[in-house]
Amino acid sequence: MSPPQLPVLNGEPEPAEGQVLSPGRRAFLRTAAAGAAMAALSSCGSGVEEFFRKHFKELSRDELARVLARIERRNQERFGKSTTVRADGPLPGVEFGYGLDLSRCVGCRRCVYACVKENNQSRQHPQVHWIQVLEMEKEHGVDLSHADLYYEADAVPRPGKFYFPVQCQQCRNPPCVKTCPTGATWKEPDGIVVIDYDWCIGCRCCMSACPYGARHFNWATPDLPAAELNPEQHYLGNRPRPKGVVEKCTFCIQRTRRGRYPACVEVCPVGARKFGNLLDPESEIRKVMETKRVFVFKEELATQPQFYYFYAT
Amino acid sequence: MESPIRRSLVVLAVAAALCAAAVRAAPAAPAPARAEAQLVQAEPPPFSEDIFPCSSCHKDLPKNAERRELAFHDEVQSIFDHDAEHRWCLDCHDLQNRDVLHLTSGAPVEFSSSYLLCGQCHGDKLRDWRLGVHGKRVGQWNGAKTYFLCVNCHNPHSPRFKGVQEVVANGKPTVAPTQKLLKPEPRPRRPEEQRR
Repeated sequence: MSPPQLPVLNGEPEPAEGQVLSPGRRAFLRTAAAGAAMAALSSCGSGVEEFFRKHFKELSRDELARVLARIERRNQERFGKSTTVRADGPLPGVEFGYGLDLSRCVGCRRCVYACVKENNQSRQHPQVHWIQVLEMEKEHGVDLSHADLYYEADAVPRPGKFYFPVQCQQCRNPPCVKTCPTGATWKEPDGIVVIDYDWCIGCRCCMSACPYGARHFNWATPDLPAAELNPEQHYLGNRPRPKGVVEKCTFCIQRTRRGRYPACVEVCPVGARKFGNLLDPESEIRKVMETKRVFVFKEELATQPQFYYFYAT
Repeated sequence: MESPIRRSLVVLAVAAALCAAAVRAAPAAPAPARAEAQLVQAEPPPFSEDIFPCSSCHKDLPKNAERRELAFHDEVQSIFDHDAEHRWCLDCHDLQNRDVLHLTSGAPVEFSSSYLLCGQCHGDKLRDWRLGVHGKRVGQWNGAKTYFLCVNCHNPHSPRFKGVQEVVANGKPTVAPTQKLLKPEPRPRRPEEQRR
């Protein structure tokens, strides 16, 4: 005995002999809708695969390889230059810490421009600087109401002034991550707060949440000359950004995850910038923390930065 | 006959030995990624042209240990600002062997190891420098790194830091101190200047 069947959900009726088989109405609509969606997606320049892509953290190894290859292809189209886009993961047993010696910094802004160059930031329209060097008055100490970002001088340091570079503090309790509605920004196990530019919708909630002004928005397509493109790229770091996404310091993730110092550390002419593994008792940053007067910026906000300011003298 | 006290002492001794073994075994626990410090010394800045070896001139000159204004080496005397009130050439330069420096003990120090000389007075800086807290290093945070010497950033005759410039010494890029302060890079554009 066959099970009772609802009349409307019967299987397709057997075609009568000689009758032309026409697709059912539903099947037709389904195909047509999918076709229209495909056409719409491919006409706006991004593939279906990209549209239906999973979150970065859920990508399988193969999917990630395809995503990276796609970005390299797009770099080639946009800049006519071959690039290497990697997605190196966090190293085990590593938690990055950064130290900045305020008694050494002379405010020369070499770090600002080394960062721009290394991380493929937009040069002029719009101008994006991940590091902002504030000139402060010795008389007032670290006080933002007596800080000048736009100082101009023939020679630094100027008498009576000291310099306070600010960049992403890689908070352990990051307000930007908390506020992101799409999960496009998160904290990695080695402490770097990263952004997936493909996942960012440009709502800029993170920018208003960040108490350090460390996040920057691409108001226009980044103005990045092909000749100055840094071809060594990381998916979560310095790959070229599209218009309308937020970006920030990643401790030069493309360098530090491969063991190198960040660009700002290497360029600093006074050696004010220290970088290393907080879990390694022999690292420079641990020696700083054990022997110097260390503080974090805006401690009262409980953001718990992994970026430490110190006075070596 | 064995007393209970003696027996318990034996038990204690065995327990202590076991504990000690456990403590020795403990460091096998996963260690954090450790910096295998391969330190490479940067090239010291080049000497002024044709000045080294010093003995090429000094071998024919009389040895005079009396403190005085020199008739030569103006470029050093004009900038000399290193406790000038109390110190002069032969406090660091050696009278007998012109091509080396010397410690207060009289022990000779090569020019390439001048940090030992600096560290006699600036011991705190020497200590910080050895730890990587003072001074600059480039390369790998977890591997091979190049460290710069005192004299790469400080002119020993006028050691207060002013600025540095990139130079080439022995065919390798390195840095040398300058007597001029650094000029800052251009200021960022103000928001109103960014509008088009």
